[in-house]
Amino acid sequence: MSERAPVRSDGVPAMLRHDVFDAVKDAALAALIALGLFVLLIGIRTEQGPTGALVITTRFGALAAVIAAVFAASLIRSLVWQRAAPAIGRWLPISARTAAAKAISPYLAAAFLVLALLVPVLFYTNRYLLDLAILIVTYTMLGFGLNIVVGLAGLLDLGYVAFYAVGAYSYALIAQNFGLSFWACLPLAGIFAAFAGILLGFPVLRLRGDYLAIVTLGFGEIIRLVLLNWQSLTGGPNGVSGIPRPSFFGLPFNSTGSGFAATFGLHYSPTHRVVFLYYVILALALVTNWVTLRLRRLPIGRAWEALREDEVACRALGVNTTNTKLTAFAMGAMFGGFAGAFFATRQGFISPESFTFGESALVLAIVVLGGMGSQLGVAVAAAVMLGGFELFREFDQYRMLVFGAAMVAIVIYRPRGLVATRRPSVSLRERSDTAAPIVGGTRTETPA
Amino acid sequence: MSAAVLTVEHLTMRFGGLVAVNDLSFRAREAEITALIGPNGAGKTTLFNCITGFYKPTVGRLQLAHPDGTSFLLERLPEFRIAKEARVARTFQNVRLFAGMTVLENLLVAQHNTLMAASGFTVLGLFGARSYARAEANAVDKARHWLGRVGLADRADDPAGALPYGAQRRLEIVRAMCTDPVLLCLDEPAAGLNNRESAELNDFLRTLRDEHGISILLIEHDMGMVMEISDHIIVLDYGVKIADGPPSEVRNNQKVIAAYLGVPDEEIAQAGTEVGL
Repeated sequence: MSERAPVRSDGVPAMLRHDVFDAVKDAALAALIALGLFVLLIGIRTEQGPTGALVITTRFGALAAVIAAVFAASLIRSLVWQRAAPAIGRWLPISARTAAAKAISPYLAAAFLVLALLVPVLFYTNRYLLDLAILIVTYTMLGFGLNIVVGLAGLLDLGYVAFYAVGAYSYALIAQNFGLSFWACLPLAGIFAAFAGILLGFPVLRLRGDYLAIVTLGFGEIIRLVLLNWQSLTGGPNGVSGIPRPSFFGLPFNSTGSGFAATFGLHYSPTHRVVFLYYVILALALVTNWVTLRLRRLPIGRAWEALREDEVACRALGVNTTNTKLTAFAMGAMFGGFAGAFFATRQGFISPESFTFGESALVLAIVVLGGMGSQLGVAVAAAVMLGGFELFREFDQYRMLVFGAAMVAIVIYRPRGLVATRRPSVSLRERSDTAAPIVGGTRTETPA
Repeated sequence: MSAAVLTVEHLTMRFGGLVAVNDLSFRAREAEITALIGPNGAGKTTLFNCITGFYKPTVGRLQLAHPDGTSFLLERLPEFRIAKEARVARTFQNVRLFAGMTVLENLLVAQHNTLMAASGFTVLGLFGARSYARAEANAVDKARHWLGRVGLADRADDPAGALPYGAQRRLEIVRAMCTDPVLLCLDEPAAGLNNRESAELNDFLRTLRDEHGISILLIEHDMGMVMEISDHIIVLDYGVKIADGPPSEVRNNQKVIAAYLGVPDEEIAQAGTEVGL
């Protein structure tokens, strides 16, 4: 933004006039583009006339309003913002801003965690909010899992929902056919999903970028179609219903004498189960987070990041890239599987409809918007995305428009995601968390 | 005369109809600097890619001998095992660092296999085993040692991509050294360096050879540097070896002069009359 502002010596009227002229020219151009874009979208409308035939009605008033708004916004942006940005830059340089962000982020994470722990206490009476919180944490967990594959290992996976589905169906089918409990099935669901991850990993070992994305997209669809068509096992489009609910160490959440409420001398309330489910998924997400943070500091995590940076260099240094990629796929898939098992037990019913490409896209959007590789960013993005969906529910069809605009804004202004800072996995300096970015910021040199 | 660390026999590499390296045989001896020179497109980098396993040679044998007597047939190993087991390390013509990771992390990735074993293939490391913490501390010490050697100790926590070009070249060499190589293959290490940096690089390569006993295979276009530090020079032209010997010998070799500078007009005229033009 600031680099486009011409260097001015203040108080020279000729220069200022020139500036204003440029801004008006820019705004006029933007308005012209808006005219081209909206003339058919807004200006002309077909409606059913009295005889049943289509009639064209014009809405030039609305069109003029939109174009005027674009013109005004562009003018304000170039006249006010371009002047303000360098001033803000002087007052608070970028290095100071990154340093501040780094200094704040641990507290922010702690605050986020405390809030997450207190949600059922704060909103105990609000069933709607509790359900939303469960949804947000589930997607946070999926985001953490996908973050390993996309954020750390740099392997663009568009079919992540496949592992979510494998986990969900593993739990549903094992629980129904063998009568195992949720806690016994959870590791199995993870193992099956990890196995599916390795299965996907093998054929895509040599693929990168766009090609990898297409194959993973196909894999997601294959899993969904198998679930849809393997009627004898999965029930096809009818899905699996009557999936057992989790129990509190063997105590079911019901109103019977042996239930959770009666045992603890409480009045039975269906909210108990919702709160319990919330803490289960929160615990799963926190375990995922802990494992991911741990792995990042281990050789395997560094190998994943090195793989993202330069695969050829990795091989030249003796890193077995095959195993490294497969473990990334398996790890990411395993956490997806856990989340899937949780989804199945929460819903009590699953069908292939829950595992469409839209889910993969949503999780990927959470990871990308959050900042690839950043755990806090993923959590914030999940909350913002899903919370936003609910918040704007009344806008109905326009909420996708709002989200499209929000994404475009993020891609322009924060291309590396909400939390773009990367914390080194190892460091020579002590207490480097605060020291490193400042030193790095002032000493950064551009390569020749 | 010391033993051969690398023996290349009848190596041929074809890409379709193009013969990049043609029936090449030579030896690189232990604790010596062997330079590979030749005009652009002579097949030097192709040879490097064959040695380090990035290409599988069409024909030929590449034998690597360790000082303890074990030997490896490089043409049969995948590239990561060449680096891991045969311990051949390389750098690239266009620097290939992990640009988004810090300098120190770059050097720890180079010690991946040691650390991986120490972390019990992640399982022990995940639960914070003491033995892994110790192994990592050792790895960091080793990295610190090598960074000190090339004057990058104070940049350890900066992203590798933020270093100036000369420093990136040095970092790539010490990253290769962190794999504990027996043979170090450097692809144009002096490209883009200024005179002072180039002289420092010469000194550094000499200490690697003399103090650490590393055998170095070097591709370089800077003839001043090649003549100064090489013990042995191999000259390639169109994939064929045209000279092989110590610098003093290669410098005066007529074929080498012809390959680099072309031949005088009289000789072309003479050759023309001989074939009846």
